[in-house]
Amino acid sequence: MSPIYINGSGCISPQETATGGLLLASLREYEQVRLATVDPDYKQWIDVKQIRRMSRVVKMGVGAANLSLEEAGVAMPDAIITGTAYGCLDDTGVFLTKMVNQQEEMLTPTAFIQSTHNTVGGQISLLLGCNAYNNTFVHRGFSFENSLLDAIMILKEGSAKHVLAGGLDEITNYSHDILTRFGLYKKAPVKTMELLNSPTRGTIAGEGAAFFTLSMEKGDHAAAAVTGLSTLYKPMWEGEVIGHIVKFLEDNDCTPADIDLLLTGRNGDIDQDEMYEEVAAALFPDHAEASFKHLCGEYPTATAFGLWMANRMMAEQAVPAAAAFYGKAPERLRKILLYNHHQGTHHSLILLTAC
Amino acid sequence: MSEKVWIAGGGVICGIGLNLRECLQSFRTMQPGMTTMQYLSSVHRNTFPVAEVKADNDALADMARMPENISRTALLSLIAAREAWQSSGLQDISAYRVGFVSGNTVGGMDKTEDFFTQFLPDTARGGRLQQVVHHECGSVTELVADALGVRHHVSTISTACSSGANALMYGARLIRNNIVDVVIAGGTDALTRFTLNGFNTLMILDQAACRPFDNTRTGLNLGEGAGYVVLVSDSLAAQLHPWCRLSGFANANDAYHQTASSPDGTGNYLAMKGALDMSGLQPQQIGYINLHGTGTQNNDVSEGIAINRLFAPHFPAMSSTKSFTGHTLGASGGIEAVFSALSVKEGIIYPNARFEHQMKELPFAPATAYSEHNDIHHVMSNSFGFGGNCSSLVFSGY
Amino acid sequence: MEDLKKQIIEQLNLQEVTPESISNDQPLFKEGLGLDSIDALELIVLLQQHYNIRIANPEQGPEIFYSIRSMAEFITAQQTAKA
Repeated sequence: MSPIYINGSGCISPQETATGGLLLASLREYEQVRLATVDPDYKQWIDVKQIRRMSRVVKMGVGAANLSLEEAGVAMPDAIITGTAYGCLDDTGVFLTKMVNQQEEMLTPTAFIQSTHNTVGGQISLLLGCNAYNNTFVHRGFSFENSLLDAIMILKEGSAKHVLAGGLDEITNYSHDILTRFGLYKKAPVKTMELLNSPTRGTIAGEGAAFFTLSMEKGDHAAAAVTGLSTLYKPMWEGEVIGHIVKFLEDNDCTPADIDLLLTGRNGDIDQDEMYEEVAAALFPDHAEASFKHLCGEYPTATAFGLWMANRMMAEQAVPAAAAFYGKAPERLRKILLYNHHQGTHHSLILLTAC
Repeated sequence: MSEKVWIAGGGVICGIGLNLRECLQSFRTMQPGMTTMQYLSSVHRNTFPVAEVKADNDALADMARMPENISRTALLSLIAAREAWQSSGLQDISAYRVGFVSGNTVGGMDKTEDFFTQFLPDTARGGRLQQVVHHECGSVTELVADALGVRHHVSTISTACSSGANALMYGARLIRNNIVDVVIAGGTDALTRFTLNGFNTLMILDQAACRPFDNTRTGLNLGEGAGYVVLVSDSLAAQLHPWCRLSGFANANDAYHQTASSPDGTGNYLAMKGALDMSGLQPQQIGYINLHGTGTQNNDVSEGIAINRLFAPHFPAMSSTKSFTGHTLGASGGIEAVFSALSVKEGIIYPNARFEHQMKELPFAPATAYSEHNDIHHVMSNSFGFGGNCSSLVFSGY
Repeated sequence: MEDLKKQIIEQLNLQEVTPESISNDQPLFKEGLGLDSIDALELIVLLQQHYNIRIANPEQGPEIFYSIRSMAEFITAQQTAKA
């Protein structure tokens, strides 16, 4: 496919990603099963009159979107596309709780109107005064991938020049309690820098927002372009995943030998990481591999963080030690393949090429 | 873009019928679906009429061939999606590259809100996890995709009341980009206490049957249901008898207020104008508009003013089918897309129930009687939602 | 009126606003304190919760909620009517 340039990006995550500087220069290490974003001062983007109603996920979305537009030097995007699996959990929980506790009486509208999944996309439009296309994808581990695909399809149509697309999710006390009961997380805290070698089941919970200002035209700050994107839903077995990756590389006119770095969504759950082992062993046995979920935690739109990190590695032409998992990357990073799966059911591939 | 996208079929379940044929019969006989709540349990049962699907979860589960303990949103979705597929003339679903793109606003909230009553007193152990396993919007979509046997592309869109319409747009783009050949696209939403109480806090629920585009309107009635069209590529359409084409679509943001529409309907106008432009049509070529027409003061005047700006002095026939189905939220764009596509195929103008008083701001009035075999070649369907999300679709005959 | 100001600040989660900074006669909506239609609905519930006053028609909002003084006068009038 024709290259889709990343002309700007912005990320708010459990790492210090909102402040600039070299990637992971001041690494945040944790020993807990629930990571929280390092929040910048949101008032730099949002008026005090407007910020009062916003939950964390809205603020982190607006913040990451603004960082991305600022870097690209774009004041008004031609489309705003958001991916979020869980949506605005905090306001959903607030309204549900009051509804139950007050027996459906004396409820107020603010939490309800902020609970809809399109709140973040709507708020970005509202703050920018942007009348352009606006969409929100809420499909589990494909939420960000779908928003990226929509952005690519719209750019290829030619009428939109700059598209803002991103992925984000938040953790709340309720959601963490419920997901913990589903057995998703480690029973005991693990040091994040040791997570990927942990010999047990379960991972750590994460959250964050990453937005990208995308275009068919290369901007002044672009270091890389998205040159391939694909999803695979509920594959029957590892062979189907491997076959899908081979075909994906073929469709994008390359072979495993062209990939300089494999960036995987390993999350420290021995069962879930097995798929990454299989893929690496079958297709990329001698390749350098880096990972990102020990830095941001596991959540359905974590690939947005992964893509943000891949883009920064391309810009810096370096893989920080904190991100490296196996081997040594070549001096020159030309192509990074991001392979992620969410809970074994949602697999995605994003090919990033230096420009 | 060269490739056309066709509507090969459609299916609907809502407050006026368990399938599309029953819905048509309700329009013909002027039988709107609003009644006292029978299936949703709420303290507001006797205050707000709603347009419920007239079947309990056991009956719906039988129809859907699914377990009765899963979200009503998924049951409704599967019933309508299956009807859509069967009407398309496509046979074995595994023979094609198929996508399922569904809009909904609150996923499996009908089960989550039951869960919360036991969960809140004891978050570590309270409530059965079975009730929240399909809370996510995307999980509802996957239950249906898996039951249908769709694997090539599965996606969920949530843009409040325009979710279903945006599903058609994304589906059309998937076909134009040769990612799949067929997309079942639309939306689903079951009534929940969460949404009923939410709309009640906004004080926009009518305690009587709603009166869209009537000067005396005082709010909307909630409804529930699901509606899907089957979108197919040019090459597949050649082997079928498609209803019509999806000739234009656009999505714009009002960027005015989180819930209210701008007084001049900026987003509404941009969506309608954008959809017309893509279809290459002039306003006077549109024969019928399926209005968003919720019955709130704010929506109807903004939508009406935007229509006046775009269409004056040639106003097409128009009506709000929400006067029959209630506002089905994430499903409405899908349900009304099916009605609109059928309008092109059979020249149908749907009635706007309970219209009596001309809106003082507008020079036109909605159609009040059902009619078929009208000379209609192009139909527009509007869906506008919270967050400023405005979408319009245009359907055209061959 | 000071209680009312505190209740409004809390209910609407107003940032960087103190009871002292709201004058009794300044408009609460738009250019004044910057409140909007959603806040009007919040204030309707506030009256119900704290003063047991029900407003059925939101169109009465702009008049009642014009300023702290107009709200206080409305509350007093309602309470007197009930007593």
